[in-house]
Amino acid sequence: MTAPTPSTKAEHDVIVIGGGNAALCAAISARTEGATVLVLEAADAFWRGGNTRHTRNMRCAHDAATESLSGPYSEAEFFDDLLRVTKGKTDEALARFMIHESKSMLGWIEEQGVRWQPSLGGTLSLGRTNSFFLGGGRAMLNALYQTAEDLGVEIRYEAEVTDIEIEDGHFRSVTVGAERIPARALVAAAGGFESNIEWLKRYWGEAADNFLIRGTRNNRGTVLRLLLDNDVREVGDPTQCHAVAIDARAPKYDGGIITRLDCVVFGIVVNRKAERFYDEGEDIWPKRYAIWGRLVAAQPDQIAFILFDASSLKMFMPSLYPPISAPTIPELAAKLELDPSALEETVAAFNAACRPGTFDDKILDDCSTEGLSPPKTHWARPLVEAPFYAYPVRPGITFTYLGVRVDQDARMTMKDGRGSANMFAAGEIMAGNVLGEGYAAGIGMTIGAVFGRIAGREAARSALS
Amino acid sequence: MNELAFLRDTVGPGPAGTAGSNAQHATPALAEADRLMTVCNSCRYCEGLCAVFPAMEMRRSFSDGDLNYLANLCHNCGACYYDCQFSPPHEFSVHVPATLAQVRTESYAQYVWPRAFAGVFARNGLFIAIALAVAVAGFIAGFVAWTDTGVLLGTHTGPGAFYKLMPHNTMVLIFGAAALFAVLAIGMGIRAFWRDIGEPDGALRDTGSVWQAMKDAGRLRHLGGSGAGCMNEGERASNRRRAYHHLTFYGFMLCFASTSTATLYHYLLGMQAPYPWYDLPVVLGTVGGIGLVIGPIGLLHEKWRRDPDLSEGTPFGMDVAFLLMLLLTSITGLALLVLRATPAMGLLLALHLGVVFALFVTMPYGKFVHGIYRLLALVRAARELKH
Repeated sequence: MTAPTPSTKAEHDVIVIGGGNAALCAAISARTEGATVLVLEAADAFWRGGNTRHTRNMRCAHDAATESLSGPYSEAEFFDDLLRVTKGKTDEALARFMIHESKSMLGWIEEQGVRWQPSLGGTLSLGRTNSFFLGGGRAMLNALYQTAEDLGVEIRYEAEVTDIEIEDGHFRSVTVGAERIPARALVAAAGGFESNIEWLKRYWGEAADNFLIRGTRNNRGTVLRLLLDNDVREVGDPTQCHAVAIDARAPKYDGGIITRLDCVVFGIVVNRKAERFYDEGEDIWPKRYAIWGRLVAAQPDQIAFILFDASSLKMFMPSLYPPISAPTIPELAAKLELDPSALEETVAAFNAACRPGTFDDKILDDCSTEGLSPPKTHWARPLVEAPFYAYPVRPGITFTYLGVRVDQDARMTMKDGRGSANMFAAGEIMAGNVLGEGYAAGIGMTIGAVFGRIAGREAARSALS
Repeated sequence: MNELAFLRDTVGPGPAGTAGSNAQHATPALAEADRLMTVCNSCRYCEGLCAVFPAMEMRRSFSDGDLNYLANLCHNCGACYYDCQFSPPHEFSVHVPATLAQVRTESYAQYVWPRAFAGVFARNGLFIAIALAVAVAGFIAGFVAWTDTGVLLGTHTGPGAFYKLMPHNTMVLIFGAAALFAVLAIGMGIRAFWRDIGEPDGALRDTGSVWQAMKDAGRLRHLGGSGAGCMNEGERASNRRRAYHHLTFYGFMLCFASTSTATLYHYLLGMQAPYPWYDLPVVLGTVGGIGLVIGPIGLLHEKWRRDPDLSEGTPFGMDVAFLLMLLLTSITGLALLVLRATPAMGLLLALHLGVVFALFVTMPYGKFVHGIYRLLALVRAARELKH
């Protein structure tokens, strides 16, 4: 990089660090307020957009059904859902504010060129609550980029920020390569730190080596670290994240949606000792899928196996890799490098504990086990029909919740409790304000879009005042 | 990460361990299409873009017939390439339009009748060029051989002027035979396609589905991206390709209507061509001809500007050959209209008839068939959505 260091006079009103949903919403919103905006995206043009490229929908409250939503979803219901998944670990005022603001996002996002469609075939019964992007997250992202470009937002790719100059809670400039770029306000929308395995290891130890990262490899937490080291107040439990169980054969990064497995409820899940460790039928899958990443992370070698029999093979959406199959349980165990007799014993004990009932995977049915620990409380049917199948699963981390504290203006709070003069944050980098733990499908995009729009607007006002 | 051998041993042979639903396929392109449909079927983000993905979702495994059906259903709008988070350089390397374009071209060769012509799709530009040269040379030679030089280079006006150069019955015989041959060959192709994709013959009597397919094709619904248009030069959608295709298709249909009306004039009303400029056959032919000039030029222009990453797999020579044939047909036809009262008429007529003859006889052996198989695929898609 040979660019000379410019004078301290800022050429841009607002700098946005990041290139995903939150960053682009912030850039568009700041530009619309009249500010000049520079977006610094660490990735190249193909990989731009961080985790947004892997998303497919956004959860917004709405009063009535629309062309793409099957019914109303009130603010109160949204808040109840959030309380349930986070077990109350949320900033209630901020969460309620976000949910209220989410109502206007459906229209605002559409105005930016994004198009909606009804929920996808075979998806997790989200048709009423979640708005799906026509063509998926990358299509949504492409629309935001086009809108931002048309508005005159300057976008730089492969522009990784390595330093941020902050004086007493006041943002001055960022450093990209050898270049120092000043601006009047900052929006940090650069994601969490889930792709930084070394950082994950601080909390998870060597186990983190066995985590797969479902999204971008660029979320290394550099910007988050710089902010926290410059006296921005921290929020969230560093071990908390959106983690699901994904196919263990998935690539280390960017496997995205297609490595997920929706078949836990149809069978049993065992660890390397061929033992079950959690109630596979606790609740309907969309309400439970996001706990299995942490459950598997707690097992030996961070691996587990979803076992089911031939009767279940076509009951769930096809996934990327074929299941591993064998005509008998011991043969399946051998393929999975499990102790055959131990697995046979686990399956036999499970089969014997299954009480007769009427199987129905759409409701909490009456097929449960009796006298088994842990129990399977619904959809428990003996594994008897050969061939037998298994999917190996590992924790798949979507994003981490450790972040920077913000207020309702998306303004960063400093360690001393004061609001920063000109620093704002949106998206995963501040998701921990709303998500103390757990996850509800599509809420990451809500956090990104709602706070992105606010952060951009407030940054512009701060810069132009 | 501690390496567990079975994790490596149980993946597929494709990029990043991906695999298709079947091990056996007739060609590598079909095997790749199976792999992609397996990847896409576990994602489904593109479901709302066109007819291909909803049809894919009705299946869990993909035979060659299924893939040929899906490939012919694809309009090559390119949206799923730019919208895909797994398109190259992602290691899953998902490029649906390129792969389906390849499968589609291979399927044309598979269904061709007679089978001996299967090779012409691989070098289609050359084949069409030779057919054109032979046809034009044949007509000019015929005119020179059978007409007096004075007549050939003379000025003719009034009813029957054309037939001084070539008797009407000879013209009808030659073009009737060419048309019948084209219809027969295309019909055999239709039969082969319909059987390959596993549809019962009676399915084509499902008038509701046929009507739906005709509406979808007539509007180019799946080139429309639900209003935004299709991708060509990059990720920004536009309706230009669709508009040029409409000009080409409806221009062609108007020219066809012009010829049909002229035939009725000749046999029913006893009126001989050429007709005055304001008469129906000439008006239809002129308007259609203008569409058939602007449309193909526009489509050629779009083709040249197409993102190289996107045009991968699309048979450039075959597409260009067909567009140039249509363009030559309209240009020679319009030139004949303008210069029909001059001494140039004789040779222009030979040229125009040569081009039209070449267009007719090569119809079953070039890009023209895309419309036929796509319409049939749309019929099946409409039927599948109903059931």
